[in-house]
Amino acid sequence: MRVVRLASEIDFDGWRIAARRLRAKGVTPETVIWKVERDLFEAPAPATPSAPAGAFTVPPAFVDLARSVILHRAPDRLPLLYRLLWRLEREPRLIDNPADPDVAKARDMQKAVSRAIHKMHAFVRFRLVETDPETYAAWFEPAHRVTEAAAPFFARRFTTMTWTILTPDACVAWDGETLKVSDGADPAEAPSEDAQEELWRTYYASIFNPARLNEKMMRQEMPKRYWRNLPEARLIPQLIETAQARAAAMVAATPSPAPDRVLKAAMRQARDGSYNSDVPTSLEAVAAGVQLCRRCDLWRDATQGVPGQGAANARLMFVGEQPGDQEDLAGLPFIGPAGQVFDEALSEAGVPRDRTYVTNAVKHFKHEPRGKRRIHKTPGGGEVQACRWWLDHERRLVRPRVIVALGATAANAVMGKATPIGVNRGKALQLPDQTRAVLTYHPSFLLRLPDPDARARARAEFIEDLRLAGELAGLLD
Amino acid sequence: MAVLDLRRKLSILADAAKYDASCASSGGEKRDSVGGKGVGSTEGMGICHAYAPDGRCISLLKILLTNFCIYDCAYCINRVSSNTPRARFTVKEVVDLTLNFYKRNYIEGLFLSSGVIRNGDYTMEEMVRIAKSLRLDHDFRGYIHLKLIPEASPELAAQAGLYADRVSINIELPQDDSLKALAPEKDVGDIKRAMGRMRLAIEDKAEPARKAPRRTFARSQSTQLIVGADAAKDGDILARSASLYGAYRLSRVYYSAFSPIPDSSHRLPSSRPPLLREHRLYQADWLMRFYGFEQPEIIGAGEDLDLSVDPKTGWALRHRDKFPIDINLADRETLLRVPGLGAKAVDRILLARRQTRLTLDDLKRVGAVVKRAKAFVVAEGWTPGMATDGEHLKARLVEPAQLSLF
Repeated sequence: MRVVRLASEIDFDGWRIAARRLRAKGVTPETVIWKVERDLFEAPAPATPSAPAGAFTVPPAFVDLARSVILHRAPDRLPLLYRLLWRLEREPRLIDNPADPDVAKARDMQKAVSRAIHKMHAFVRFRLVETDPETYAAWFEPAHRVTEAAAPFFARRFTTMTWTILTPDACVAWDGETLKVSDGADPAEAPSEDAQEELWRTYYASIFNPARLNEKMMRQEMPKRYWRNLPEARLIPQLIETAQARAAAMVAATPSPAPDRVLKAAMRQARDGSYNSDVPTSLEAVAAGVQLCRRCDLWRDATQGVPGQGAANARLMFVGEQPGDQEDLAGLPFIGPAGQVFDEALSEAGVPRDRTYVTNAVKHFKHEPRGKRRIHKTPGGGEVQACRWWLDHERRLVRPRVIVALGATAANAVMGKATPIGVNRGKALQLPDQTRAVLTYHPSFLLRLPDPDARARARAEFIEDLRLAGELAGLLD
Repeated sequence: MAVLDLRRKLSILADAAKYDASCASSGGEKRDSVGGKGVGSTEGMGICHAYAPDGRCISLLKILLTNFCIYDCAYCINRVSSNTPRARFTVKEVVDLTLNFYKRNYIEGLFLSSGVIRNGDYTMEEMVRIAKSLRLDHDFRGYIHLKLIPEASPELAAQAGLYADRVSINIELPQDDSLKALAPEKDVGDIKRAMGRMRLAIEDKAEPARKAPRRTFARSQSTQLIVGADAAKDGDILARSASLYGAYRLSRVYYSAFSPIPDSSHRLPSSRPPLLREHRLYQADWLMRFYGFEQPEIIGAGEDLDLSVDPKTGWALRHRDKFPIDINLADRETLLRVPGLGAKAVDRILLARRQTRLTLDDLKRVGAVVKRAKAFVVAEGWTPGMATDGEHLKARLVEPAQLSLF
């Protein structure tokens, strides 16, 4: 048997040096006894042990694991770590096997340690001990030996304060610039109550909903071992005891009648925002009406109706299919990716967008949720038909000379029947109301073409069609 | 009116805020108070500084600026027609309370909501003043969550985004029709448009911030749906969530079991909050966000979840032909669909099986719930045989402990 002594419970460097020597000498795990004897050494072991002859390498994950596990209070953590180190020689990938019993045990300890750090960050309660300069102190009992490991968090968070955290294992103090570690303290040194604690308890009691009492969950997340240092915890027994009765009283209570003034005001203000089907007499009325429209079901999953936008008496009107994701969020037509293609093509064709009116055949975004996205769905004939009410009024109010239908859905809406783009594009079609129509691709069609040559060809045709429409409308110089 | 002391105000305005389930302080940018004039840090992972006896995390000082309100939403304790005691904080009171609590390490920051007084803009402006004062006057670097008033102007919402880490607007009711019936003055269109604008703003601000040393805009938004106040089925609720996640990239949808409130409206059920149902909805929500399930796979519109088993087990019981799954061969996507295997356990399985063929004992060590998984998996030395198709399988998977939640 070989006895190894460490300078402190969390003396990682001492453990590392000793373990390295032991393994180099081939000392098997079963024959080592690990002991901690504080004050055995005058000075702590050198912080960065130099690599002795015959050094070997271990995965960095093991070093991280060991640094954390050594903070665990279980006495068998030291032999466990040495056993892992020993096994690493033959099983270099051991650490990456979470199903191995030794690794699983070490990982559990690591988890307990990191939980203890987290709980220390959560449950330390500072008390004001001096007002000028503002100085705070806390007494805390961590589940594992994590005081030093948890301290930098407080330094980052309370950099501008002066504070001390006292624990039985060690004390840490921050003066605004450096973190000082000293020996553990006695509970008698704990600071006395802070005036804010009464307010904090008021908050704690008020935020609790007695109708949702769940003691088990509370104990799981805030184990009883922490309660004695939490100022709010003294309320717990009473809150639990009265919860059932309070909840039952709420359930049983009959609602009291509303104050008179409220009832009167409600009657005065009762308003009905339901959709009314009056014929809109302005584009503003169209925009407002689209928001309330219930002619089909698309409004349910959409953010808003997206009315047309542009010059009120434009000579050229563009009709797209329906708003997309971005248009639905912003409430404006043709601002997403297809809108960019459209804008670029328009400017190449020499057509000023601000002198045109841009709208869609369908005013709400039809889509389907897919994971965290919304996937576009082509509106059906019924939806196009329902929404023609709005398109027709836009046509009537704007009175354009030329209407450009972008894509098949728009062609259907503008022509009143399914009209293929391929054979009809590139020419001016006469509409019954004396306006002329130009059918062309939808800009998103250009985005979807995979073959670059085909895309370039389609784009050229698209610009050509826009130019034709601009010319017919007299918008080209 | 009598002047209320701070403690009384706090008790009224915290009580009024407790029906909001959200208390998360996660997802903020990483920052600390080094080199600053004030206090505060956020390090990505939120911290729960205490737990109330309802088991819920207390991370933020969650209060209302005021519980006076001009609206009459039936489910809300603060509706104008309720006879609840009223109070209102001053801007300075909220700022001081936040800083005093923060310096004592009681909280991660502030979650400020409010009843609507005078109008949406006036209320929102007061709330923004508080956040602005904390950030600019006190260089506070902790977490701030602001509730947006949907009908407030877009400029004010954008200002809120400037000082908050997260913003949220509660839709509250899963169905538009019930919103209209129970919250007559709320306009679902206002709410959706405000969420839409906020998503665009968050995404817009995210671009340059990658290079900038300090991020200066909110990172995320969330919402809450009340469960059990109207007739919506679980399928309807989840469909609404799926639609909200897709449309507004919400970081969370919170589900809040409708809880009896003092002086509740006669239009609502007066009963215990459906906590188990709320729990199942959260599980289903997780399946959509982290386990690759689409909402219609979990539950159809107009249907309710089976409360006796978790929704993943429910799905597996309905699709027994897809099981058993060989845990030593199946890909990640398939493993995620096995009852009893969480995302972490799945990742560990993938890691471990590079070195070894996993047994049921190994499964336990990687953190799986073997009791639930074993009828659905093949492992080294284990096949479920006829168990996968057994008619009593479901009975064995029902969790009696869970059912004691009322």
